[in-house]
Amino acid sequence: MTATTAPTKPGRVAATLPRTIRDIIVIIKRNLLRNLRLPQLIVLSTIQPIMFLLLFTYVFGGAIGGTLPDAAAGEYVNWLIPGLLVQTAAFGAGQTAFGLTEDLAKGVIDRFRSLPMARSAVLAGRTFSDLIRNGFVITLMLVVGFIIGFRYQTSFAGLIGGLALAMVFSFAFSWIMATIGLFVKNPEAVQAATFIPVFPLVFASSVFVPTQTMPSWLRAFADNQPVTVTVDALRGLILGEGALLPGSTVLGQASLSLFYSGLILAVFVPLSIRLYRRSVN
Amino acid sequence: MTTPIVRVEGITKTFGDTVKALDSVSLEFQPGIIYGLLGPNGAGKTTLIRVLTTLLRPDSGRAEVAGVDVLADPKAARTKIGLAGQFAAVDDYLTGRENVEMVGRLYGLSIAESKQRADDVLERIRLQDAADRQVKTYSGGMQRRLDLAASLVGRPEVLFLDEPTTGIDPRSRIDIWELISDLVDGGTTVLLTTQYLDEADQLADRIAVIDEGRLISEGTSDDLKDTLGGSVIELSVPEDRQAETIDALRAICGTEPLIHELTNEITVPAVEGAKTLTEVVRTLDAASITPNDIALHKPSLDDVFLTLTGRPAESEETEEPSTNGQRGRRRRRKQ
Repeated sequence: MTATTAPTKPGRVAATLPRTIRDIIVIIKRNLLRNLRLPQLIVLSTIQPIMFLLLFTYVFGGAIGGTLPDAAAGEYVNWLIPGLLVQTAAFGAGQTAFGLTEDLAKGVIDRFRSLPMARSAVLAGRTFSDLIRNGFVITLMLVVGFIIGFRYQTSFAGLIGGLALAMVFSFAFSWIMATIGLFVKNPEAVQAATFIPVFPLVFASSVFVPTQTMPSWLRAFADNQPVTVTVDALRGLILGEGALLPGSTVLGQASLSLFYSGLILAVFVPLSIRLYRRSVN
Repeated sequence: MTTPIVRVEGITKTFGDTVKALDSVSLEFQPGIIYGLLGPNGAGKTTLIRVLTTLLRPDSGRAEVAGVDVLADPKAARTKIGLAGQFAAVDDYLTGRENVEMVGRLYGLSIAESKQRADDVLERIRLQDAADRQVKTYSGGMQRRLDLAASLVGRPEVLFLDEPTTGIDPRSRIDIWELISDLVDGGTTVLLTTQYLDEADQLADRIAVIDEGRLISEGTSDDLKDTLGGSVIELSVPEDRQAETIDALRAICGTEPLIHELTNEITVPAVEGAKTLTEVVRTLDAASITPNDIALHKPSLDDVFLTLTGRPAESEETEEPSTNGQRGRRRRRKQ
């Protein structure tokens, strides 16, 4: 203890909640401005899901259409849209990993870490701005879906509820990606790394086809993993209970999806903050 | 004596099991000066900056910046410092002004305050004309200046600059030197790292030479040069006049000149620098010897390291193959 010099009050720069929120907003604004000024990023990341939508609707639609539950009203696009919303949420979250590694490589993270700002703000700002961005991409995809014949079979409220569930899932997935980004650190390598959790979760799921025809060992995974649970919840909300497997309810699937998102957040938020604190180039 | 603004005591940092990035480094200096950390790549300069800017925790030791214990209270330390790293940490797709204002906000300034300070700082850094352009249109030198501006917006007591001129063109380099000098005139204390002796010489009031994580010499630029024994003259003459020239040089400089075996270049220490050079030129002229080439050679970082450590600065570097001439010079000086 140095008794004579004016003591630095320890609480003076403590990250209070309003300050933390303020810092998060500053970072969100910065990330979104970047997106706006780099329109290629939005255009390209929107083209991919729309391409999926068009290809799957017209290539597989005819073959799969007949095997769908009645709730899809005979249209593959009705079945596909809830699945693609979740798929887009999962793929879009990969941007979180990419954005973070880019900031790490450029020294931006070093600057942030040397500033008297809330330490959680960089990650929270990143995941929230990616949420907003994914919301935009998902909305655009939905518009294209409507143009090519998608119709919700329940109510508008059901559709909005489904979208909200997809956004929660997207946000949770962003934190997995944040962890991957901070772990891999290299912008070139991270793209490949983000595919590792995304591909099995998206393809071994009910996103594109009902899981009934999968081998039983795969089905055991596919029916219970978070992507399928969330997709099924969306289908229940958008197409009605008839779209679900016998025995499951809309409320049950929606609650389970929220539980999964909560679980992902509970694991990956602390993990990524830990990695952020220790991130050293 | 005022209290030192930066005080480092026995800082040690090991990466992995064996690589000692910093080996019990201690130094301190007074406010209002430019302090230079000089050393080759991998010497530990950046590691020390990272410790002092709260980015890295050392294994042991103490560090104090502006009266704050960096390790005990990093949050308070961050309000006192500014950092401009080795690469411009600015956002290409934001304008210069947006970049600086953002950092201002993150220092905790209000919107109005950060706008005001951004204006001030951009003017000081002479970027006001480009302030509303996206940074991707800036040259490398402008980006570094903007990065410097961003590090100043919080009015730090101590500014840390990690190799502020590495990789930029010579003109921008001089611009940045001027800016750094102006800052110190304005009362900021600067700690900078550099691989270039001339940069440390031009800018720094005090210099610490770091090698392999250890502080091997500390003092003013003049102190450092004294350890080096001043400059050397390098010259070449037509072969038939070489013996005569050697005799003349020996008489003027009082030491035995060295001859490079490949290029026939002659090297001799110039105790009084330019004065010695003038004397040599006069003597040779009087004897009607016209040199093919003659130069006064300032001590390079190589020479510093050779003198202080007994080995060349780049001994561990493979990325920078030395030319024959440089290798020859080292060999001679070692003799």
